[in-house]
Amino acid sequence: MEDKRRRWGKFLLEVIVLAALFTVVQYLIATGLLNRYYQINLTLMGINIILAVSLNLINGFTGQLSLGHAGFMAIGAFASVIMTTLLGYPFMIGILAGMLAAAVAGFIIGVPTLRLKGDYLAIATLGFGEIIRVVLQNIDYIGGPAGISGISKMTTWPVLFIATVITIVVIVNMINSSYGRAIISVREDEIAAEIMGVNTTKYKVLAFVVGAGFAGLAGALYAHYFYIIKPETFNFLKSFDILVMVVLGGLGSTTGAVIAAAFITALNVVLQEYAAVRMIIYALILIIVMIYRPQGLLGNKELTRRSFDKIWSGRHVSSANK
Amino acid sequence: MLEFMQQLVNGLSLGAIYALIALGYTMVYGIIMLINFAHGDIMMVGAYVGFFSISILGSNIVVAMIFAMVSCALLGVVIEKVAYKPLRNSTRIAALITAIGVSLFLEYITLYFLTAQQRVYPDSAFPLHKYEVLGLVISNKDIFIIVSAVILMIILQYIIKRTKTGKAMRAVSLDREAAMLMGISVDRIVSVTFAIGSALAAAAGVMIGLYYNAINPLMGIIPGLKAFVAAVLGGIGLIPGAMVGGFLMGVLETLVSGYGSSMYRDAVAFGVLILILLIKPTGLFGKNTGEKV
Repeated sequence: MEDKRRRWGKFLLEVIVLAALFTVVQYLIATGLLNRYYQINLTLMGINIILAVSLNLINGFTGQLSLGHAGFMAIGAFASVIMTTLLGYPFMIGILAGMLAAAVAGFIIGVPTLRLKGDYLAIATLGFGEIIRVVLQNIDYIGGPAGISGISKMTTWPVLFIATVITIVVIVNMINSSYGRAIISVREDEIAAEIMGVNTTKYKVLAFVVGAGFAGLAGALYAHYFYIIKPETFNFLKSFDILVMVVLGGLGSTTGAVIAAAFITALNVVLQEYAAVRMIIYALILIIVMIYRPQGLLGNKELTRRSFDKIWSGRHVSSANK
Repeated sequence: MLEFMQQLVNGLSLGAIYALIALGYTMVYGIIMLINFAHGDIMMVGAYVGFFSISILGSNIVVAMIFAMVSCALLGVVIEKVAYKPLRNSTRIAALITAIGVSLFLEYITLYFLTAQQRVYPDSAFPLHKYEVLGLVISNKDIFIIVSAVILMIILQYIIKRTKTGKAMRAVSLDREAAMLMGISVDRIVSVTFAIGSALAAAAGVMIGLYYNAINPLMGIIPGLKAFVAAVLGGIGLIPGAMVGGFLMGVLETLVSGYGSSMYRDAVAFGVLILILLIKPTGLFGKNTGEKV
């Protein structure tokens, strides 16, 4: 009884915090205190959070290293733009089409490739990501290598905010469900999971499809903010960008992915003029994190209210909790 | 038919280059089960060392190639000691992510210091001659690339089959722990493997400089990936497999750009990879070994 009430309290608190965050930013935008430059970076931050959280589902929770996330983002972007700009449907239909197209692509690619393990899977997904890009470059309907321009800007702060929250809520709930436990068991020990009766292929493909679908969402939001999309934008360096966020935040930590995505986006803003330096820093992050803290900054832990309580009240509570 | 033969000839020199790069992938994989993602970028560094020794020191192409091979051998050993050795006992995914990091690092540190500008291999280093044999056009560049690649492969075969170090390498790749118990210094063998693999990549880098004429800091990515595909095609970890796979990839690529669309040139490599992984993941020459629990 009390437990239920506490859960409600927690839920209510989360809703209030999110609503407050939304209102504050909305107010800042409406009053013009947040200029266009910051708005662009805010949008990128939201998109990167969606990308990192969804890739984390595949790489972190399922333990299947995928290097083709940008490919799914590309499919989402182009599918949504075809629906809105070329066919004239509303933005909502475009977003759904983008997600659906990316998820279907994830299924088509996932079923054969997820039979592969570890580094082979990584290279195969990298290959598929590049194939998606090359194929998109060769379709005249969507402009070939030049891509599509003149996309109307429809990704507003409310849309972005809702999309980001939905992504996080869906993925967190998925991880905490029985599906999530099956998915994590695949990461921990695939053979043991299979012996215990977990249909490992099914859960791997499921995680891959959901992750790809949300990458499609990120692509749709991206396309409807920056007026123009080119297949070249979604090359494997973009996939590596997302990988850096996931690795830095911690393979298997959603809060880690969110924090790392926000941090890396901010880092990009600071280093905007020094593209090469930015990539050198990325590279060093990958190497140093893997050598000294291979599980990422947060590991597979989540940053929750309880961990804040622990930090504030010091060792006392944490030892008592044990 | 003549055109087909011509494409085949063109493909052979490209294939020789891929084969040299693929050898490095396969050797490193055979010893420490790591896909050295940075291998293509070591090749890029080799191409730059070759370029500078021709344009600044004025050396001829053979000296430039040897110079590139020596410096990249050192680079390979340093990379292994700094980045890969601490991870030898961690998960393969961690090692792979580190390798991606090393790859990005080499690319962008070169980009930072040498800018993204394309550099053209000086013509004076290798004046182009074209010969016509039975209606086929063969350039002296192609001959140089194929001959030097074959010589390097023969030397490699000699090292692996006839020398004590080669024997130790084979032992480590067969069973690292048993080799260690037999008194083989695994660390030394891993270093030697990286040195040899990187030297071959550097030679390939100089050849790519000759083949395409232009070099840039990101040139290593695509040939690196294609050479990896070649290594998988032949059966990763197998030296003859890498050679055959490399030549096959080169020929296939020239055929695709000759008859199909050159836009699809890069996609074909990945298509081959996915097909081979799905049909016969151990490669053309690989034997199937069951998974151990």
